[in-house]
Amino acid sequence: MATLNINLQFSGGMELLFDNQKSINVQIPSTFSDKAVEKHATNMRDLIAWTAENLVQERPELFLGNDGSVRSGILVLVNDADWELEGELEYEVQDGDEIVFISTLHGG
Amino acid sequence: MESPSIETLTARLSQLEQQNEALRQEVAALRLEQKTYSQHKVDSNANGLDHATLLSEAETPFEKVTKLTNPEIARYGRQLILPGFGIQGQLDLRNCSMLIVGAGGLGAPCALYLGAAGVGRLGIVDHDTVDISNLHRQVIHNEARQGMSKAESAALSVRLINPHCKVVAHDLVLDSSNAQPIINSYDIIIDATDNAATRYLLNDACILGGKPLVSGSALRFDGQLTIYNYRGGPCYRCLFPTPPPAETVTNCSDGGVMGVVPGVIGCLQALEAIKIAAKINESDVPTMTIFSANASTMFRTIKLRKRKPDCIMCGDAPTITKLIDYVRFCGASATDKTPDLFLIPMKERMTVEEYKHIKDENAPHLLLDVREKVQFDICSLPSSLNIPLKDLSKQIDQVKDQLRGQSQLPIYVVCRRGNDSQPAARLLQEQGVTTGEIRDIVGGLDRWADKIDPEFPKY
Repeated sequence: MATLNINLQFSGGMELLFDNQKSINVQIPSTFSDKAVEKHATNMRDLIAWTAENLVQERPELFLGNDGSVRSGILVLVNDADWELEGELEYEVQDGDEIVFISTLHGG
Repeated sequence: MESPSIETLTARLSQLEQQNEALRQEVAALRLEQKTYSQHKVDSNANGLDHATLLSEAETPFEKVTKLTNPEIARYGRQLILPGFGIQGQLDLRNCSMLIVGAGGLGAPCALYLGAAGVGRLGIVDHDTVDISNLHRQVIHNEARQGMSKAESAALSVRLINPHCKVVAHDLVLDSSNAQPIINSYDIIIDATDNAATRYLLNDACILGGKPLVSGSALRFDGQLTIYNYRGGPCYRCLFPTPPPAETVTNCSDGGVMGVVPGVIGCLQALEAIKIAAKINESDVPTMTIFSANASTMFRTIKLRKRKPDCIMCGDAPTITKLIDYVRFCGASATDKTPDLFLIPMKERMTVEEYKHIKDENAPHLLLDVREKVQFDICSLPSSLNIPLKDLSKQIDQVKDQLRGQSQLPIYVVCRRGNDSQPAARLLQEQGVTTGEIRDIVGGLDRWADKIDPEFPKY
């Protein structure tokens, strides 16, 4: 099965959910399929679900939202750009992508 | 009696002279501070300004100038000769008014630099008072000002550096009832606050008032900087339409913060505000700057989305047209104080006095401290077992090991403030680790220090 090499990064406290790792290199399948959607190229929705299932060490509710996205207060970057510019959940993950999950900070 | 040698006397004398000189300097510094402070009070009173009319002071359009005075030219010389800034940049700054909300870790360096740089009018909002635990990062305040209003203390420090800057101290809690007129009376707003509710409030008030918002935040070793509502860029709600669940928000007093980190971000906020005022480096690409003191790349600037046309606040058809109740919206109070948790009824818990009694009686028990190890290392009660709350379910066997052969041993759970000890006690009850009682200590070690042992450190 073809795979994609992805670099995942965590900052702003997100790393606490990932055993304090700020950067994790992962290999994920290049296609996913589930009941609702037929086999399709891996997108951000798949990556987030995969990350929650395989990497989150504790309290997944601090990572996942209720719509297949991340919870509110987490900003996602695809190759140093706001993922909103790339299509958010529908963005098709590419081999070599750098995906960053940042928890927004409120302290001061 | 043996008389002291001449060397000892000379050394002691020189030591006393040095102490005397240090005291003289401190007296002189405090005199200047006192004079500046009382002069400002006299000015305020002479103009009929009291607390309630401070707002009208901020609302009066302040006088703009077309040229700088000689003392100003002498003061700002190093900026005036800067290509790309120059006399026009300095005049723009002089004719600009800025409001810093929060005189804490971010606001402290921000206010110092903006005041020193020559902003014409600088408002400072804070409702809190100076506390010793602020001083490692809030470098605008000092020891002598413990208990003083932070807004007043910050204003005083700026006046001591630069009397040309007109500083207005707003000693109040900013909320939806008072924010709009204050925001409207300044040109640029700086978000140096410490909680989500005030961040949404400032965002909405800046959209309604048409003001750019220079927003900074910091926690632990990380900081973030963004300009909202500026040159087609997004607002806070475009990025974060719904507030984060309250339990995911960590404040500095629980999460910790390296003092320099908000210092770095606060300085960057001052810089961005100056760039907006002096109209330099006007980019149309909205960005967020992320500072990670511990990462190999300390700074990274990322490209952000533009204003979202469907944003309920700044979009083409906004549905929010006036300020709302932000404390309710965020489900969290507009301070960074940690609220008390009431998970377990009081009568099933234990007071510090009751625990003192148990210790005095030498009654057998297990004391479980569920703070993080980094906090346990600062101070702990004798013979307590440390398992942090987040590890407790994984390490429940460690607790069971302690109870081997004494299955009825009572367990008392303690933490810093009596919040984490409650879910921990619940967990132990659910797991049935002992047949004896399981209770947690109300108010935690903080209250132990307050009520039982004044020698016990508080942090």
